[in-house]
This record gives sequence, structure tokens and C-alpha cells, in this order.
Amino acid sequence: MRSQALELRRAPRARAPGLLLLWATGAATGIILLVLAVLLLDIIAGGAGVISWEFIFANPRRGMTEGGIFPAIFGTVALTLLMTVAAVPAGVATAVFLTEYAPADSKLARAIRVCIANLAGVPSIVFGLFGLGFFVSTVGRGIDRALYGGEIVYGTPSLVWASLTLAILTLPVVVVATEEALRAVPREIRDASMALGATKLQTVIKVVLPEAMGGVLTGTILAISRGAGEVAPIMFTGVAYFLPYLPRHFNDQFMSLSYHVYVLATQSPNVDKTKPVLYGTVLTLLTLTFLLNLLAVVLRARTRAKVRASE
Amino acid sequence: MTATAPTITPQSPDPHASLRRKPRLGERLTELALRTVALTSIAAIVLILAFIAREALPVFAGGTVGESGTSFDLLASERLADGTEQFLWRPVSQPPTYNIVPLVVGSLKVTLVALFIAAPLGIAAAIYVSELAGKKQRELIKPTIELLAGVPSVVIGFFALIVLTTWVQQVFGTEHRLNALTAGIGLALAVCPVIFTISEDALQAVPHTYRTAALALGSDRVQMIVRVVVPAALPGILASLVLGFGRAIGETMIVLLASGNAAIVSGSVGVSTRTITATIAQELGEVVVGSDHYHVLFALGTVLFASTFVLNFAGERVIHGLRKKLGTA
Repeated sequence: MRSQALELRRAPRARAPGLLLLWATGAATGIILLVLAVLLLDIIAGGAGVISWEFIFANPRRGMTEGGIFPAIFGTVALTLLMTVAAVPAGVATAVFLTEYAPADSKLARAIRVCIANLAGVPSIVFGLFGLGFFVSTVGRGIDRALYGGEIVYGTPSLVWASLTLAILTLPVVVVATEEALRAVPREIRDASMALGATKLQTVIKVVLPEAMGGVLTGTILAISRGAGEVAPIMFTGVAYFLPYLPRHFNDQFMSLSYHVYVLATQSPNVDKTKPVLYGTVLTLLTLTFLLNLLAVVLRARTRAKVRASE
Repeated sequence: MTATAPTITPQSPDPHASLRRKPRLGERLTELALRTVALTSIAAIVLILAFIAREALPVFAGGTVGESGTSFDLLASERLADGTEQFLWRPVSQPPTYNIVPLVVGSLKVTLVALFIAAPLGIAAAIYVSELAGKKQRELIKPTIELLAGVPSVVIGFFALIVLTTWVQQVFGTEHRLNALTAGIGLALAVCPVIFTISEDALQAVPHTYRTAALALGSDRVQMIVRVVVPAALPGILASLVLGFGRAIGETMIVLLASGNAAIVSGSVGVSTRTITATIAQELGEVVVGSDHYHVLFALGTVLFASTFVLNFAGERVIHGLRKKLGTA
């Protein structure tokens, strides 16, 4: 396909209209890249001078105009870790079911795929509403009534509910990446495993899944990157404006990098004094998500190269 | 559901399945477990709809009167002393009015500004990357634009609030410092990669034979792109706009930070604007659970969920149909 595409580029060249098309579309591409560059450079210029060991590892001070952002970093890590624990097994299981078990014409599989595609398009604020209405008010209150005699322990916004809300939001990311990797595993490998007497389950666990591990990892990384940047779903399900302590239990509230950006940008009593900390927080968040995305891109490219090589 | 049996179905990829014994108990339990977990996504969609709609039910049950004599009519207008009609979103005044017209207008206004900017840029960039750029360029530009999709929306919102606002006001001399135009430009940054990626996929899905056939008939490269490749990919490109629209109307943090959040009905993009999403984000934290206002916010969520669901469903259908038609499913 690649080489064919290259041959086409030697096709007869048009003169004026061709150049016009080339310039117009090239300019559009350039504008997008330019805006991205401005965004990145502005954030790096504003934030690079702020980042230090102290900034990363200290608590906020003086109404968050000084000090560091450690509680927010800790909160984001705890949040995405719990989210991963919930989303990755569920996502991988879904992908395995869809590719390995469900027959090609299965109505159930099609319904699941439609739901995953739509789940990916649900606005993040709707996840916030859902998390509050379902996890906090219904599941949490239910646990309180059943186990704590109605005393409010879990029926309040907290780390576990925010993580589960994000897990549902990022489920499609994991499923799509895993499915892609599973489908790239050649059928012959499965046949060979079965021919050697392995059961279907053994084949899936010992042969197919290890082959698709790159995809699972890509999905996990993308999910973490996505989850770490979200604000709307955690706003009402557990994130806090400011906390003097770190979360230690599932039902504690927490701070997060993403929400911290929002708080610093909107609720600061002194905008100019907050600005350095704000830029530093944005740079930290962006570095985190970009590094994760970059890792995912590299992993995916390697997986695809492997697929192409085996074809 | 005979399709659930793991062994002998006519479509089974394994022609010798019948030769093997019935799967062991563990195997069958695992499959059952996988199937159950796989139902999570269906359950999630159903639960989201059920729980949001449940909290919104008092509002949709009709123009009933809430606890404090409020009308739940989301479209009720108010006649002012001078005889003009006004649509007001005033959830905390006495008595409160919950007219969603200003919010719907706000959401549409910001979304249209975003699409107006992002659509030409995204589609043109897709054509460039898919059809005109060299291999090296392509492999560099595509992931870079997709990197933009990875920027968290709160970061884009921050950029719009801190940097874009000043520029936009200087260039366009807008009425309010925070307005629909600034929010729309910010939103365009988030929507552009969506339109680009889907359009580029659609262009790449056009079979090689279409291109060679066009060239064989004597067209040059531009004619091939403009008259054959782009028209063939058109449903996918249109779907990218629909999906981009869905993404834009559901986006929260960018508009919350950059639009100014005043519920004004106005055709101008230079004035402060409040969207459906920003309203939920700003007000849900302060409402009493179970109050009228609480139910109205969930009603807004239901409207949002329903509209994005329809948009996404339509977009996905079109893309699926296109891939089938082009034989690249």
C-alpha cells in the first residue's frame, strides 16, 4: 500500500490549480501546527521557571499563591491508579470477549460495540452527573444504609467514586486499543496452540494475550492520560478545592492537578500572584499527559510494525 | 441466543470443533465471566440514561409546580413591563425561572464558532496529509496533530482564558472580555483534531483502485483528489463534522473558563455566553440535592446526553456505511 501510494505521487502534475490546492491545504496544516506550537511555547515559557523539587514536593502555601502542588500530584496518581485497576481488567475482558469468543455475527457483540462507541462520545460533564446520581447518591448511600446504619461514610463524594466514574469514561479507550491488538494476532498462532491440545482459555491466556500485550499497555497509558486531564467528571464526585492532608482511604476526598488548574485559574483572590503557580501546574499536567501519549504512540507504532512484518 | 455456545455454530472459525470434547467447566465459567464483564458497557449506557433521567423526571413529568411555586416549564418566557418577551435563566432569584433558551442559544453559538474555524482547517489538513504530503511529512504531521487531541480540555481552557482573551479583544474589540468568540476559538482547538483524524481516515479508506482508475482516465492529481477521492470520502468527512459538533456541544471546561458564563440571548459572538455544560458545572456544586434546581440541572444533562447520543450514533452509522461501501470495513 505504501509503495503504491508513492507511485501515485509521480502522477502527472497539474499546474495552477495543483499549486493552489497544495498551498491552501498546506497553510491550514501549518496554522494548526503553529497554534499547537504557540500553546506549548507559552506554557513552557510561563511554567519552566516555576518547576523545582520544592514545587513538586511541597504543599501549597499562602492561599495557593506559593509553595508546591504535591497534594494535587498525589491525588492525580491515586485517582488514575484506582481508575486503572477498575477500567483495564473490564476493558481487556470486553475486548477478549468481542474478538475471541463472540461469533462474527453476534447481535450481542454488535450491541456492545455500539455502546462502546457511544460511551466514548458521552460528554464528560454527563459522567459527572452520573457519578453523583449513581455512585455517590445511590451506591454510596446504599452501602451506608446497609453497613453503617445510615451514617454517612461512602455516601459522599470521594476518591473511590471519582475513580469509578473515570473508569467508565476511559473504558472505551482500553477496549478499542486492546481489540486492535488482539485482531492483529494472526489466526495461525491460535490454530497452532489449539492443535497442540491447548484449550481455548489456555490459548487466550498463554498465547493470544501475551502477543497483544503492547495493545493492552497502549490502552492503559492512553486511559491514564485521558483520566488525568479530566475535570468535569470528578468535580462532583470527589475532588476538593484544597485539603491540608493527603487522601488515605477510599472515602477520602482528594486534590487533582486538572482541578487545581481550574481552581487557580478561576477562584484565585489575586490573579497575578497565582499566575506562576498556575503555569507551573499546567506545565506539570501537560508534561504528564504528553509523556504518556508519546509513550503510547511509540508503543503503537512498534506494535503496528510488528504486525506488518508478520504479514 | 444460540450464538453463545462456544462449540458448534455454522460460523465457528474452527472447522474441527465438533471433534473435541465439550469444554470443561472452568472454560465455560470463564466465558460466562467474560460475557458478563463485556456487558459493562451496555450497562453503563443504560445506567447513565436511567440515573440522569430519573433525577430529571420531575421536570419532564410536565409543567408541574415545584416546591417554591416555580414553573418547571423550561421554555416559559417572561413578559416584561414594556411588553417584550424575555427568556431568563435565573435559578437563584425569587421566584426562580429556568428557561433553557439562553443556554441552548449559548451552546449552539459557541459550537458554531468552533466548527466554523475547525472544519475548514481540519478538513484541509486531512486532505494535505492524506493526499499531498510526502511520506516523511505525513508521519510527522499526523501524530503531532493527534497530540493536540491529547491536550486536556482544562489546559486549552486555561490557554483561552489567559492568552487568547487578550488577543481576541485587541483584534476584534469584543464587547465583553470573556465571550463566545474566545470560547469558540478555544473549542476549535479541541475539535480540530477530531475532524482531522476522522476525515483523514475516510480519505485513506478510499481504495487505491479509485485513484488509479482516475489517473488512467487521464485526470491529473488535483482532478483525482477533487473529483474522485474527496467525493468518495465525503460521507466520512461529513460524519467528522457531526462528531465534531457532538464533541463541541458536550465540551465543558473550555467554555466554563473562557465564555464568561452570562446567560444572555444574543446573536453577537462578542458577548458573554453561558452554555448548557458550563451551567451544570457551575451550579451543581451549590444546589441542594433533591431541590427544583437540582432536578432542572439533571434535565439539562438529559438533553445534552440525548443530543450527543443522536449525533454520535448518526456519525458512527455514516462512517460504518462508508467503510462497507468502499470495501475497507
